[in-house]
Amino acid sequence: MSDVLILGSGLAGYTVAREFRKLAPDASLTLLSADSAAFYSKPMLSNGLAANKTAESLAMKSAEQMATELKAAVRPGSRVEQIDPVRKVVKTASGEYPYGKLVLALGADPFTPPMQGDAVTEVLTVNDLSDYGRFRAALLGKRSVILLGGGLIGCEFANDLVTAGFEVTVIDPMQWPLSRLLPQAAGEFMMRQLETAGITLRLGEQAAAVNRTAVGYQVTLAGGDVLEADLVLSAIGLRPRIALAAAAGIKTARGIVVDRHLQTSDPAIFALGDCAEVEGLVLPFVLPIMNAARALAPTLAGTPTPVRYPAMPVVVKTPACPTVVSPPAIGSAGEWRIEPEDGGIAASFMSEDGALLGFALLGTATARKQALTGALPPVLA
Amino acid sequence: MHKYQCIVCGFIYDEAVGMPEEGIVAGTRWEDIPADWSCPDCGVAKADFDMLQIA
Ligand SMILES: Cc1cc2nc3c(=O)[nH]c(=O)nc-3n(C[C@H](O)[C@H](O)[C@H](O)COP(=O)(O)OP(=O)(O)OC[C@H]3O[C@@H](n4cnc5c(N)ncnc54)[C@H](O)[C@@H]3O)c2cc1C
Repeated sequence: MSDVLILGSGLAGYTVAREFRKLAPDASLTLLSADSAAFYSKPMLSNGLAANKTAESLAMKSAEQMATELKAAVRPGSRVEQIDPVRKVVKTASGEYPYGKLVLALGADPFTPPMQGDAVTEVLTVNDLSDYGRFRAALLGKRSVILLGGGLIGCEFANDLVTAGFEVTVIDPMQWPLSRLLPQAAGEFMMRQLETAGITLRLGEQAAAVNRTAVGYQVTLAGGDVLEADLVLSAIGLRPRIALAAAAGIKTARGIVVDRHLQTSDPAIFALGDCAEVEGLVLPFVLPIMNAARALAPTLAGTPTPVRYPAMPVVVKTPACPTVVSPPAIGSAGEWRIEPEDGGIAASFMSEDGALLGFALLGTATARKQALTGALPPVLA
Repeated sequence: MHKYQCIVCGFIYDEAVGMPEEGIVAGTRWEDIPADWSCPDCGVAKADFDMLQIA
């Protein structure tokens, strides 16, 4: 039996394992992963192309290296099919693994928008290292790419592709890129920067169908226009992987529901990372994971520790328009104050009584990141 | 002089260049960067992760 059994070896699974090992040198620890269990930088999937990174060069640690470093059993290719919370075992095709405490670090699945056409299943998504390998292979000898989704990850891929010499068209139903993170004036600034970099934006439009042509693909917009490209990549969004937990009777909502101790509705089962919903928040980014792992490790080692989230700005990796955002909490009352400057724009979300609740800094205004971050309230105090 | 790469986000710290905008002068060795320093791109703390020596 493993004292601690972790499902997933991404940033969440790996970091909690590493932090736990520091506190519990002798406990037995096992990581099961559906993939190769190689550790890689997921954020680099959307800026690796221009840097000419291959899937192999993005893998920083093999499963064996991770096992040695963590003094843990690391099992690649071990997809868990079922959790039995009564017997405290998980089931894979190759056998059962009993646990004392179970950690779900399962990540999230990309989804593609509902579309018609004969090539819907050929639309690419890039959410892990093997997707990235397939993406690199598919790009060989190609010139043009249509990107579905002008959010954070879509804009990063668009910038990376255009820098690497591809013709890029981004389709997004909203009127400006990063519409969930940026107020209009900031979004329009980003739009101009991306266009100057050579990216074509089709905003306020939606892909209705994707079909194969003799040489590539054609995307039909809901408005009727038809665009052609060699490849279609989707970066619409991610959905937390909740099915395994839900089937075991563990409470789920948007993500696997956990409290401040990252504990699910089953007291022996915990969750963090892209699969988890912490006090109602699904935050699929690096910093929430690091903070969650730092709290969960002592909890697993016997000292219950609640997670705290400081303000956690996210850097958007669009070199054509350096951007850092720290969106206000959903439902915050207040308004955006916009300060354009030479070569940039600062947007501050202010409460009625004048407190800073969030920001978006673009171009030269990114220099104010540190000063403004210090003035933000914590995300979870 | 070495370069180190953040394993979380790929940010590269080049000792030869430093990070003048954060008050870290050119030539500052990785070991001399304060423990409370964090990666300017992903925010991960120095103490929290390994920097890969890539050059
Ligand atoms: C292209 C891209 C760029 C990004 N850029 C940034 C950025 O710049 N800054 C930032 O803060 N965040 C960024 N993010 C978000 C950040 O990378 C993620 O929040 C983080 O990597 C998620 O880690 P995770 O461990 O929760 O999930 P994952 O890394 O997805 O790990 C999930 C693990 O679970 C395993 N698994 C799944 N199902 C099973 C099963 N049934 N049985 C066993 N194992 C299973 C998988 O094999 C995998 O090991 C980016 C994300 C993407 C996709």
